[in-house]
Amino acid sequence: MSAECVLETRGLEKRFGGVVAISSVDFNLKQRELRCLIGPNGAGKSTFFKMLTAQIKPTTGQILFEGVEITKAQPHQVSQLGIGIKNQVPDVFNNLTVRENISVAARSRHGKARAAAIASEVTERLGLTGLVGRLVGELAHGQRQWVELAMVVALEPKLILLDEPAAGMTADETNRTAELIREVNKTAAIVVVEHDMQFIKQIAHTVTVFHQGRVLVEDTMENIQGNELVREIYLGKADDD
Amino acid sequence: MDLLVVLSIEALRAVASLALISVGLAIIFGMMRVINLAHGEFLMLGGYAAIVATKAGINIWVSTLILAPLVVAIIGIIIERTVIRFLYGRPRDTMLATWGLSLFLVGITTTIFGNTTEGISAPAGSLQVGNYYIAAYSLIIVLIAIAVFAAIWAVFRFTRYGLIARSTMQNPEMAAALGVNPPAVYAATFGIGAGLAGLAGGVMAPITGIVPTIGAAYVAKAFITVIGGGPAVLAGTVSASVLFGAIDQIITYLSTPVIGEVALLAAAVILLRFMPQGVTGSFFRRAS
Amino acid sequence: MTAACNGTGGIVAAVIIGLALLVVVPLVVDPIFLIELTSYVILAILALSLGLIWGYGGILCFGQSAFFGIGAYAYAIAVINMGDSTIPLILSIVVPALFAALLGYFLFYARITDVYFGVITLTVTLILYKLMGTTSGSAYTIGNAAIGGYNGIPAIPPLNLPGSPTTFLSLDGLFYAAGLTLLAVYVGLRLMLKSRFGQVVVAIRENERRAELLGYDARFYKLAAFTIGGGIAGLAGCLFANWGMFISPDVFGLAQSAQVIIWVIVGGTGTLLGPIVGCFLVQWIATQLGTQQVLNANLVLGTILIGFVLLVPKGITPTVLDLIERTCQRRSYAKPLVEKRSVS
Repeated sequence: MSAECVLETRGLEKRFGGVVAISSVDFNLKQRELRCLIGPNGAGKSTFFKMLTAQIKPTTGQILFEGVEITKAQPHQVSQLGIGIKNQVPDVFNNLTVRENISVAARSRHGKARAAAIASEVTERLGLTGLVGRLVGELAHGQRQWVELAMVVALEPKLILLDEPAAGMTADETNRTAELIREVNKTAAIVVVEHDMQFIKQIAHTVTVFHQGRVLVEDTMENIQGNELVREIYLGKADDD
Repeated sequence: MDLLVVLSIEALRAVASLALISVGLAIIFGMMRVINLAHGEFLMLGGYAAIVATKAGINIWVSTLILAPLVVAIIGIIIERTVIRFLYGRPRDTMLATWGLSLFLVGITTTIFGNTTEGISAPAGSLQVGNYYIAAYSLIIVLIAIAVFAAIWAVFRFTRYGLIARSTMQNPEMAAALGVNPPAVYAATFGIGAGLAGLAGGVMAPITGIVPTIGAAYVAKAFITVIGGGPAVLAGTVSASVLFGAIDQIITYLSTPVIGEVALLAAAVILLRFMPQGVTGSFFRRAS
Repeated sequence: MTAACNGTGGIVAAVIIGLALLVVVPLVVDPIFLIELTSYVILAILALSLGLIWGYGGILCFGQSAFFGIGAYAYAIAVINMGDSTIPLILSIVVPALFAALLGYFLFYARITDVYFGVITLTVTLILYKLMGTTSGSAYTIGNAAIGGYNGIPAIPPLNLPGSPTTFLSLDGLFYAAGLTLLAVYVGLRLMLKSRFGQVVVAIRENERRAELLGYDARFYKLAAFTIGGGIAGLAGCLFANWGMFISPDVFGLAQSAQVIIWVIVGGTGTLLGPIVGCFLVQWIATQLGTQQVLNANLVLGTILIGFVLLVPKGITPTVLDLIERTCQRRSYAKPLVEKRSVS
């Protein structure tokens, strides 16, 4: 593999009993690349993310992060190496304040002073300054999404996985999310799972389409939109919405 | 040769006893996901029921095999209706409340019967094996255990209640939509589990005697067996009883009963550590 | 949680109030009751240890009295052999902490659920009870110390000044020693919970998977918290052996294990004050019950436990603290609390 490559999977496969969720996925991501994953529900995108972060173990195949094999690693080890993930539903510490949530994230890989600086910078950048003393469990769904994003950014990972970051957000919040993704992308590679085509157009250059657990096609957004096969299985439906 | 026969019968008795004292707990946990810390006290109540009835002149077999389970099943249903039903879906709180129940039952029996050991003598005399004598009651316990397990299997496999109970535990809303009354099924299942504990308590009473605090002696063994058991209530209880009963008997034979119990616990904890995804791991994971 | 109520100011206030109680209480209460009170203070340290691992670590330990008992036995056996109490005191913390670490390693690293954890820790305690019960007779002596089975170990020498075995701690002195220990443990835990370690432990209680995805090994943090809790419980056990100069397997009994749980649930999980309050309250009730013969203590404790689980699951202190916090907030911020929902 090239030194450029931040993430690589080889023949990745996951079966749940007789059901094949992911099958022979070879995925490559370059340093500081921004990639979108699309595909209908059940295509295996979330399963793929969960395997990359060691939340579930692959049945066969390998995962390499910056050339290091992490197939059998623990979730915390993967995170320490520099992979951060925002899950589909807000996955936060509900009975802690916004400040405490972000501070726990920032202190994972940094000393006290550096972590404090990162935390206050991230808090401001994500517009959470007014909410720092609030319990996260009391916030609206969209605000909790922002808190989780802030936690992931505060980790300062080299690879960020975002599972439907714009779900449940207003148009304005979605724009801000796109802006944030572009900015964070200056220092980290990012993979985004999304259904919102407008959002994908805003941020993506290359798009990977998952279908029935396999990579169907990988191309630029323009070409994907012109691809008949993709239209049939996915975009056709999305355009009807 | 004779010694081997005697030791085999003793080992069988140990396995059968373990299976008997655990099966009520296994049903209540396996079917209802309720950890019943008052299980030992259900056994204790069964023991008192058997002893009081026998001393009142009722035939000992009627007392231990019919009255003891019946009395404890009724107590179990009352407890399910007044305490347990408010706590479904809250496993931690259920454990705490059943612990409270355990103390409460110890307290109330101490108030009624006092803190002295009561007993009845084991029926059926002894059998001669070569130069050795063994209590015929040991063999009877084995037979009772076999009968109980066969009956439970038949009830859950073939009867209408068995079908309704299994479907209710899978999906209470759907069962309710199909005209089943889930609260009644929960109460009945808890009652059956309690009744089986009562039966075990009655059967063990002639051997151990009974005091209000005897539950503590049973509960550790029963929990270890259920933990080791696995997701299948009957097969799990039987296989764990065989494994742990054998360990218990061998270590007890080599040292003392208490060391046997320590070995049993150590075996369960170590089993857990190295087979977290095995029968035991998947078992309790589902509970949470 | 507002800074005004719960920050450094709170700790300073706690220290001042604690020291004031230590000075005033012996002057105003009757000496017999002071002895009783000393035992409450010691048991409150045990309650705090469970308050840490259950209330903050989210670890459902039903066998906290195991560490208490191991600490007491470790102290008793060591001090009978050594004379000087310094090393026995250290052992009373280290031995149960190591036991907790060993047990915790098997349980946390197997990633078993909390319900399962409760059952296993309870079982361990029950078996320790039986095991210690069988240690009567001359075969079971460690050095000069006969373990004594269910009869226990009598005439345990009290704590002394390090290096000077003849300068004993009197029963009055024990009140101050226990009080200062309770205060020190309380303050230590408050500071620990404010540290990175404490924050991570609480975060893991809140959402274990999220904490792991942020790079924290939940198994390790839980094990560390559990070990610390075990050490604190052992220290309480050492003081308890001093208080009665006697220790028996009853410390491992079902009733003792249940009591610790009852203190914490009555006082309230998720606070440090709660377990202390719960311990004093329940022990006082238990003492009152002991003086009459009508109601059995188990009956009453069982009823209290069932009642709190069903009716007051949060315990007394959080309910009261919510009230104080609201008043406190009204004072510090004059603006109305439009959006802020109550934490309860």
